[in-house]
Amino acid sequence: MDFLIFKAPMLMVQASLDGILLGILFALIAYGMALQWGVMNIINIAQGDLVILGGYIAYTMYLAGIHPAWGVIVSPIIMFFVGWALYKLVINKVVDRDLFISILATFGIAIVFQQLMNFIFGADVVVAQSGYGTTMLFDNSVTLPNSKIFSAVISVLYAIALVIYMKKSRLGRAIRATAQNARAAKILGVDTEKVYAATFGINAALCGIAGALISITLTLHPYVGLPYTVRSFMIVIVAGLGNLPAVAVSGMGLGLFEEFADYILGTEFRIGAVFMLLVFILVYRRFKLSKKREYLK
Amino acid sequence: MNKLVKLFITSISAITLALVSFTSSFAKVDGEYIVLGSAISLTGKYSSNGVHTQNGYNMAVDRINKMGGVKVGGKSYKFEIIYYDDESNPKRAAQLAERLIKQDGVHYMLGPYSSGLTKAIAPVTEKYKIPMVEANGASRSLFTKGYKYLFAVLSPANQYLEVAIDLAVEKNGGKPVRIAQAFEQDAFSQDVRLGILDAAKRTGSEIIIDDKLPKELNDMAATLAKVKATKPDVLVVSGHTKGALTAIRQISEMKVDVPMLAMTHCDAAKLSKQHGKNSEYALCASQWHKNLSYKDKFFGSGKKYDKDFKKEFGYAPPYQSAESSAALLVFKDAFERANSFDRDKVRDALVDTEMQTFYGNIKFGPGGQNVAKPMILFQVRCKGDTCENKVVAPTKWASDKFYHPIPKWSERG
Repeated sequence: MDFLIFKAPMLMVQASLDGILLGILFALIAYGMALQWGVMNIINIAQGDLVILGGYIAYTMYLAGIHPAWGVIVSPIIMFFVGWALYKLVINKVVDRDLFISILATFGIAIVFQQLMNFIFGADVVVAQSGYGTTMLFDNSVTLPNSKIFSAVISVLYAIALVIYMKKSRLGRAIRATAQNARAAKILGVDTEKVYAATFGINAALCGIAGALISITLTLHPYVGLPYTVRSFMIVIVAGLGNLPAVAVSGMGLGLFEEFADYILGTEFRIGAVFMLLVFILVYRRFKLSKKREYLK
Repeated sequence: MNKLVKLFITSISAITLALVSFTSSFAKVDGEYIVLGSAISLTGKYSSNGVHTQNGYNMAVDRINKMGGVKVGGKSYKFEIIYYDDESNPKRAAQLAERLIKQDGVHYMLGPYSSGLTKAIAPVTEKYKIPMVEANGASRSLFTKGYKYLFAVLSPANQYLEVAIDLAVEKNGGKPVRIAQAFEQDAFSQDVRLGILDAAKRTGSEIIIDDKLPKELNDMAATLAKVKATKPDVLVVSGHTKGALTAIRQISEMKVDVPMLAMTHCDAAKLSKQHGKNSEYALCASQWHKNLSYKDKFFGSGKKYDKDFKKEFGYAPPYQSAESSAALLVFKDAFERANSFDRDKVRDALVDTEMQTFYGNIKFGPGGQNVAKPMILFQVRCKGDTCENKVVAPTKWASDKFYHPIPKWSERG
C-alpha cells in the first residue's frame, strides 16, 4: 500500500496536474498578498477571508440563477470596493505602524469577516455548480475537472493583465514607485494615500477572483479562510516580494508538493508537510544569509 | 462622597446576591414550570445545526405543554428551557453549564449540539450530579467514561456505517470486501472509523486505503485518485458536511467508479439539493427518517412530525431536530415515572427508560447510550432532476430496494 504512487505511473501524472492547477490558484492569492505586502508592508491575515467572501459573492449569483463563472468578473469589482473601504476604515490607521500592529488589525478584520459571513450566509458548507464536466486523458485513467482547468486559465489571464497594468498604467507606475520608496514617491507628487487604497483594493479584487473560482472547484464555509492565508504567506516567503514569475513558480511548486506529500506521507500530513517545508526554507535562507555576511566581512 | 459610593455599591451587590439566591432556590421547578437548561450553538460554526437542535427542543416543549404537560404528584407542570449561546466553543459551553447549574439553579439539562461540546459539558453535569439527556453527541468516548448522569437518545457514532459494511458483504455473496476509507480527524469521524474497523475484522474484510483528512482540507483529489487506482468494493467517507459535499463534487468530477459509496451527514449537507443527480446512489447513515413506522401519542408518526415541523419552521426537519424533540419526551416520561423532582430519583427513572417515540425506541445501555434503536441507511435516488432519500436498510424499515452496484459514470446520463 505504501508508495502506491510509484507503482502506478498514471497517478504521478494525475498528482502533478492536480497540483499544478491548484498551485496556480494559490499563486493568484499569493500575488495579491505579495503586492500589498511589498507596497504597504502589511501582512494581511484576513487574506483568506477576503477569498471566501469573494466566493460567497459568486455563490449568491449562483443562487439567483446566474452562472457562477460570471463571478470572476462581478466578484473582483465588488471586492475592490470592499478592499478600498477596508483601507479607509482600518488599514490607513496602521499602515505606518510596525508589522505587529497591522497583523493584529488584520487578524481582527478576519474575525469580523468570519462572523459576518456566518451571520449572512449561514454556517452550512455550500458549493456552486458550474456544470463544466470533465476532461479525460490516457483512456480515462487521468481525469481533470474542467472547472479546475477553467480556474487555472482565468488565474493566468488575470495575472498577465495585472502585470501589464502595473507596467503601463499611471496608477501601476505610482504603485511601483511607492513600493520602492514611499517617501521619495510622495516628494515627487505621488498621492501615496490613494496608491495604498488602490493597492488594497486590487488585492481584495484578486481575492475575489480566487474566491469565485474556489466556489466552483472546492467548497465554501465561513471559517475556511485561514488555510488560504497560510498558503499564500508561505508562497510569498519563498518567492520574495514583487516578483510575479517567482510567485507563480512557488505557487505551483507548493501545489505539487502538497499532492505528492499526500500520496507519500498520507493525507493527514498534507498541511503539516507544508509547515515543515516553511520551516526548512526559513532555516535554509538564514543559513545562506549568514554565509554571505561572513564573506562581506 | 466616597463613602456614599461604597455604600451604594455594597447595597446593590447585597440585593443582587439576595436575588440570585432567591431565584436559584426556585429555578428547578418554578411555580408550574419545570426549568431545563441548555447551552446551544446559536452562533459560530455549528450554528445551523444548533438552531435545528433548538427548534427540535422548542417544538417538543410546545407540544408537551399543550397536551397537558408533565404530571408529577397529581399536579400538572409545564416545561421551560433556559438557553445560552455557547458560540460553538467547548470552553464556553462548559462555563455556561456551570452558570446554568450554579447561578440559574437548573437541575436538569438538555445536551448541546455536537460530540465535542457534549464532551465539554458532561464532566460538569457529572460533578454536580445533574441528569442530562442529550440528543446530539454520538461519540463513543462519551459512553465509555462511566458517566452516571448522561443519557443519549441517539445511537453511538461507531454504529453509523457498520451496517454499510455488512450490506456490502451481503451483496458480495457473503465474501469479504475491500474497503477504502477517508475520515476527518475529529472525535466523531474517528469513532465512525472504529466502527468500520470492527466490521472489517468481523467480516474478514480488508482495508486498502485508510486516509485521515485534516480539518482544514477541502480537497480529496489525492484520496480519490488512489481509489481509482485500487478499485475497492466500498468507499466510506465521513467528514461532516464538508466531507460529504467535497466527496460528491470530486467523485463526479473525477469520474471515480465505485460499486458502493457510504457517507455520513448527507442530509445535513443537503446533498441531494446541492449536488442533484451527481449525488445519486450515495448511501447515507442517518439516526432517523420520517418514513420509519415508530409512533407516539405526542407527535404521532414520523411523517406527521415532518409535516408539523415544516408548518412551524418552514423547512423539513433534519434528524438533529427529531432526536432533540425525542429528548424532551424522555424527560417527561422519566419525571412521571419518578413522580418526584428529586434529581437522583429522576436519574434512576431515566436509567429504567424503555419507550417508543416517533423517533425510535429508547432504552439506555450502561454507558448511557441508546441501545434500542438501530441506525438506518438511506440511498439518494433521483427522478429527473429531483432527488430523494429512500430508506434501504435495515430490511425491516426499508421502503425501497437497495440499488447495487452503482452504475459506472460512463453509463450515467
